Amino acid sequence: MEDRGVALEVEDLTVAYSDQPVLWDIDLVVQAGDKMAIVGPNGAGKSTLIKAAMGLVPSVAGEVRVFGRPFAKGRGEIAYVPQRSSLEWDFPTDVLDVVTMGTYGSLGWFRRPGAAERDRARKALDEVTMGAFERRPIAQLSGGQQQRVLLARALVQEAPILMLDEPFQGVDAPTEQAIVAVLDRLSDDGKTVIVVHHDLQTVPEYFDSVLLLNVRAIESGPVGDVFTEENLRLTFGGRVGVLAQLAEAETGH
Amino acid sequence: MDFLGDYTLRIVALGSGVLGAAAGALGCFAYLRRQSLVGDALSHAALPGIALVFLLTGSKAPLPIMIGAALAGWIATLAVRLVVRRSRVPYDSALGMALAVFFGFGLVLLTLIQKRPDAAQAGLESFLFGQAASLLREDVVVMSALGAACLVVLALLWKEFKLLSFDTEFGESLGRPMRRLDGLFTLLLVVAVVIGLRTVGVVLMSAMVVAPAAAARQVTDRLAPMVIIAAAIGVFSGVTGAVLSSVIPHLPTGPTIVLVLSTVVVISLVFAPKRGLLWRWIRLGRLQPAAALDPVLMHLYALSLQHPEEPDHGHGLAVLRTMSPTGADLERVIGDLEARGLVSAVGEGLWAPTPIGRREAERNLDREGEVGS
Amino acid sequence: MSPELEILAIAVVTAVAAALPGTYLVLRRTAMVSDAISHAILPGIVVAFFLTQNLNSPVLLVAAAATGVFTVVLIEALIRSRLVPEDASIGIVFPAMFSIGVILISRHASNVHLDTDAVLLGELAYAPFQRLTVGAVDLGPTALWSMGTILLVNAVLIILAWKELKLATVDASLAALLGFQPLVVHYGLMTMVSVTAVGAFDAVGSILVVALMIAPPATAYLLAERLGPMMGLAVAVAAAAATMGWAAAMALDVSIAGSIATACGAVFAVSFLLAPRRGLVAQARRRSGQRLDFAVRMLLVHLLHHEGTPEATEECREDGLHSHLGWRESWTKRVVGKAKQRALVEESGELVLPTDTGRHLGNDAVIGFSD
Repeated sequence: MEDRGVALEVEDLTVAYSDQPVLWDIDLVVQAGDKMAIVGPNGAGKSTLIKAAMGLVPSVAGEVRVFGRPFAKGRGEIAYVPQRSSLEWDFPTDVLDVVTMGTYGSLGWFRRPGAAERDRARKALDEVTMGAFERRPIAQLSGGQQQRVLLARALVQEAPILMLDEPFQGVDAPTEQAIVAVLDRLSDDGKTVIVVHHDLQTVPEYFDSVLLLNVRAIESGPVGDVFTEENLRLTFGGRVGVLAQLAEAETGH
Repeated sequence: MDFLGDYTLRIVALGSGVLGAAAGALGCFAYLRRQSLVGDALSHAALPGIALVFLLTGSKAPLPIMIGAALAGWIATLAVRLVVRRSRVPYDSALGMALAVFFGFGLVLLTLIQKRPDAAQAGLESFLFGQAASLLREDVVVMSALGAACLVVLALLWKEFKLLSFDTEFGESLGRPMRRLDGLFTLLLVVAVVIGLRTVGVVLMSAMVVAPAAAARQVTDRLAPMVIIAAAIGVFSGVTGAVLSSVIPHLPTGPTIVLVLSTVVVISLVFAPKRGLLWRWIRLGRLQPAAALDPVLMHLYALSLQHPEEPDHGHGLAVLRTMSPTGADLERVIGDLEARGLVSAVGEGLWAPTPIGRREAERNLDREGEVGS
Repeated sequence: MSPELEILAIAVVTAVAAALPGTYLVLRRTAMVSDAISHAILPGIVVAFFLTQNLNSPVLLVAAAATGVFTVVLIEALIRSRLVPEDASIGIVFPAMFSIGVILISRHASNVHLDTDAVLLGELAYAPFQRLTVGAVDLGPTALWSMGTILLVNAVLIILAWKELKLATVDASLAALLGFQPLVVHYGLMTMVSVTAVGAFDAVGSILVVALMIAPPATAYLLAERLGPMMGLAVAVAAAAATMGWAAAMALDVSIAGSIATACGAVFAVSFLLAPRRGLVAQARRRSGQRLDFAVRMLLVHLLHHEGTPEATEECREDGLHSHLGWRESWTKRVVGKAKQRALVEESGELVLPTDTGRHLGNDAVIGFSD
């Protein structure tokens, strides 16, 4: 992969909740155009890492640089797709409205989203093949549909970096394929995609590089180099078995 | 219709209408954020503020009183936030404590005032129980100005408040100052509550904030219509209550407004198209939505019991279809169950109950057993 | 007993009687139900009064209890319909019921002692004037007897159902979303709350009932780790707050109920600040003491992390540490100094390197998770 520059750089990042470390001294470099998976056991700090990278949780040490500059919220460089379950889906609004929320960052105070913003939202919806659901109340969406709506909301921001938190959790196969297709397209366009991923089986297939995380960064780099049984064992603490065989099969290690 | 020309009635109706609009509109956001009882707490907590203003300035003019009330309410919300953030005391307990302690302190101040020579504090008690009949023109002018200001701010910051209510974290990731917006929203709510104290009193304020939103939510699926309808319901209830209470003797205004409001809520709950209970009865033959969802969950649970060793052994929709009642929209039901975290996809088109779903199923079984015995 | 002491007795008995069910309300995160019930029972009392024409009739107690349970049933029906969320359901039902009560009073009983002032505020000062006389014997204030009985009944029921209540409560607070609530325990508790509320409101008013049901248990929640001690502390705190409030009210000649409610708040505030482990002061002290320790560990982890790597010379430079860790220079100096003092690091030229002890500590510090 050509070197298009470093999109995201995390250095010595430590995050703690009342002196309980959730992330210790994390170093990470993500190249522009990369598709990176973050994997690790529950409680390993995966969600925390991407939230800390965006400044949504405070860190005790270290820093984050986006395209060489210290990260500042609102510069529109990172678009965030949170976990589906963290939202109250019984909210009275429709799909188009949620996606349009992605344009709020560029609108500033007091301005309403207009036709231009809604068109951008429609385009994003088409990209995730939800164009027909514009007017659907979000309370009536299935899990996969919810996920695609959140992805569209991030797409609309047209940010160079996308961070997704467990986007494939509990979605049906067609949705998963649709999302993967979108991520591939983004990466081809030079956008950087960072995904907290829960399914080890699909890591080599969907991603170029991977970060193995368990409070500490165990290892990060291209999937072929890093996704080994040894590293998986270090990350998951032993119960890797079947998965290790899979990793071996995929990477030939 | 002679009484409409009655000056007092006009004043009272106008005041009630303004209250209904402001509380109804802002209440929608409190309702959606699961902060419905904040109105109750704010109205009780306002009492010491009112008493202190009178103690310190001897004035019972509406604006200083309202400012005092608002400040006290504001401090109460800060106290609640502090307690919740820094200790394991749960939110509802903190809210209840703020409510009762502030109010109690207000009572102490009231009785202190009672002993003063200029103990014309009978007017102050009208804040407690609402004596809309005692509203004066200057009161209503201040109320209208404040109410209008609240609505204007709401309109200007519409998308920010929408973000705040739906997905605060996303708003933060966009760089919006969500914490400060939260504070601003609370301030607006405080003002709306303070406007209403003279009209409906402390106890009933909660309904003015919550009920219009609840009623409006049943008839629409979009936020803007919901807020407008809630405001309209608030105005309608306020004015109707005021009129009724002036026409029928011995009918205090505050409770009448609340009863009108409650009636509207009941009508909405029963007759709303699509969501209403009547509709549900006609469509499903039951009043509870769980009926359509539970059988599917129970079937999945029963199926999972056949594979106790493999909690992730899933079953496809075809199997479920043979077991489920005809006419149930299976995809949608599964989607609903999944959104509620009760089932999850364990493979291509295969579903299994999650641990939470399992417990819900077991609880259903318990309940069935209890009802039977 | 002098009237003042009788008032004190009533206040303490009421406080303790309320703290008992209140403990469960706080733990089950249903504290606001106390506010709802204590207002919603008004129509029940009014109707009972119409029937008996007697403010002291026990029928009022029964009617209030029934109304209280009915209120809870109504709220839960609303919640189960999935049309209205939990907090909103509470906020809709109780004002409606309270309004019905107020209108009934206004229309049919406006000339009677039962007025809304009393409902909300009560007045303990008048309590000694209603005496319980059996034959010609003055047994003391009625309020003392009724609240005393309620206290006894509450205590007995709680002792009898201790295990069931604990199970239902611990499960419910753990699984707040699911609400593992055997129905009998649940409605039994609601009945207890209703009866206590109506018994108390003649003397202290519904607002003080709310204060007494929530604040002492919340105070105890910050001080105790198990249910039994928590309830015991709640009772003690309730009695103390009642006494302090009474004393202040006697001295300043102000509303007794209001004074007690204020005292409840004051006691909670003290606990919030000074509780041995959970108080703000203890937290701050722990934080500042632990901050340095934690920072030393962070330093070690950082050094170990980069040990032997090509960037080691860059990452472990003493004068560059602060910029890599993102700390202030002065703070970094303190941390490094502390680490040196504890022989965890040593200087090696321009670099700071971990000693063997330091290496051990650093490795131990990083414990990850395994599924």
